[in-house]
Amino acid sequence: MGVKKTKTDRREFLEKLAIIAGGVIAVSIVKPFGSILFAAVKRPETGPWYGMGINISKCIGCGNCVKACKSENDIPNEPFFFRTWVEQYTIKNDETVVVESPNGGMDGFSQSVPDEEIFRSFFVPKLCNQCAHSPCVQVCPVGATFESPEGVVLVDSKYCLGCRYCIQACPYGTRFINPVTNVVDKCTLCYHRIMNGQSTACALVCPTGARIFGDINDEEGELHAFLKENITHVLKAHLNTGSKVYYKDLSPNVH
Amino acid sequence: MIPPQITRLSIVFAIIIGVFLVLRLILTPVSFGEKGHYRALALIDNMDHEMHYMGNESCQNCHELETEMHASDLHSDLPCEGCHGPAYLHNSKPDSFHLVKPEGRQFCAKCHEQNAARPGDLINQKIIAEHNPEYQCIECHNPHKPWE
Ligand code: HEC
Ligand code: HEC
Ligand code: HEC
Ligand code: HEC
Repeated sequence: MGVKKTKTDRREFLEKLAIIAGGVIAVSIVKPFGSILFAAVKRPETGPWYGMGINISKCIGCGNCVKACKSENDIPNEPFFFRTWVEQYTIKNDETVVVESPNGGMDGFSQSVPDEEIFRSFFVPKLCNQCAHSPCVQVCPVGATFESPEGVVLVDSKYCLGCRYCIQACPYGTRFINPVTNVVDKCTLCYHRIMNGQSTACALVCPTGARIFGDINDEEGELHAFLKENITHVLKAHLNTGSKVYYKDLSPNVH
Repeated sequence: MIPPQITRLSIVFAIIIGVFLVLRLILTPVSFGEKGHYRALALIDNMDHEMHYMGNESCQNCHELETEMHASDLHSDLPCEGCHGPAYLHNSKPDSFHLVKPEGRQFCAKCHEQNAARPGDLINQKIIAEHNPEYQCIECHNPHKPWE
């Protein structure tokens, strides 16, 4: 009797297994899993797809961009929150790395490590990477941060709850609570300017052209040429965030 | 015959689903979902901000002298507003909104102070504390035309 029972059990088990397996295959054909869909999102074939190129060897660390960003977007100078800021990396002869950003670089830099201890030193401007698969957008509980059709990550300040999930989720540390509005704030790639055909404020005031704002889809555009002529990297590429801020001459020490 | 408990349960379910749909209709903001999981109107909100930086061309007509000097020398790549600040108010009402006239040696030092991170081929650097410390920079160098 016991033997017989085992037999029917096995048949039932196999039937259930077949149903589950078939179901999974059917679901994946009918409606691919959200995450697969998400990772496969491609940039639109028509219309703009904005991003920024940064030429690290052209940055002289003057802080014009940091100042201009604050003025353009009416971000209070203090406390020190920044939509864009500049860091000075100094790699010392003993291979330790010193990273400094006094006041976000707004008032310029003064070298703190003596010349003879320096192996290499350079400036790295930072800003929101306008990711195409933004971790910050994924965690927002109310849909108050999103990727615009032009590929710019924006905040809906009227619906933001100020829950700070996105601040934690951003691997680049580019988000903060605006002390005036008390909701999340971040670089909008000067959305109000670029949608009117202007460049971003930071790129406008750069004395050396270290920042190149542009439309990646525009094959005659400046950014397209920059990406074509130079070898560029994005920050934290291993996180697969789809970053659209491309750095030329990026050192592997930069995070 | 449908058992009575199923009928009762269906009514409860119908009410719950109905309430959910009504609440959803009321609570979902206008334009939510038109373009994605966000309020499409937020795009307009983000665009609704006045431009503050107007570009070098905007100064040309009123400040011919400075524009000309500026274009003729090594500072020609520096944007006017990088030194003078955003000009949107000044451009429309120059008499009531003044731009800053940057002062002091520290201002020039932001770019010209000797620093190992500054590429030497892009910017000439001085040890500011040792370069004619008893004067202001603009007593010798015209800020618009440093080698005048
Ligand atoms: C519509 C004409 C007009 C435009 C455009 C204009 N300015 Fe002026 N600007 C003036 C006038 C007039 C004055 C003198 C105001 C005064 O002394 O009361 C002035 C004064 C200045 C001063 C000196 C301020 C001071 O305190 O003495 C600076 C610096 C300046 N402008 C820079 C700029 C820059 C940079 C731009 C372009 C982004 C610009 N201006 C565009 C008309 C203009
Ligand atoms: C390197 C930074 C720098 C740049 C770039 C610059 N300026 Fe100036 N500008 C100054 C400084 C510093 C003064 C103050 C000079 C003084 O006090 O004598 C000044 C003064 C002025 C004045 C007032 C002159 C006066 O006699 O009072 C005007 C107008 C002006 N700038 C216009 C411009 C315009 C237009 C441009 C762009 C074409 C420009 N500046 C670019 C630094 C700059
Ligand atoms: C925003 C950055 C910036 C500021 C501020 C600035 N400069 Fe310059 N300066 C430059 C750049 C860029 C050049 C051109 C490249 C070079 O040095 O060869 C230059 C060139 C010069 C030169 C000519 C150097 C040479 O190569 O022969 C002098 C002199 C000079 N600046 C003086 C000044 C003075 C004085 C001030 C302050 C009023 C000033 N600069 C403010 C960026 C700046
Ligand atoms: C007393 C007049 C005087 C003052 C003040 C002065 N300079 Fe100079 N500067 C000169 C002369 C002369 C030269 C050319 C000789 C040299 O390189 O020392 C020069 C050269 C320079 C150069 C070009 C260096 C090179 O290698 O070609 C820069 C940049 C410069 N000055 C910036 C400044 C800055 C910034 C200040 C203010 C902190 C300043 N200067 C103050 C007279 C002056």
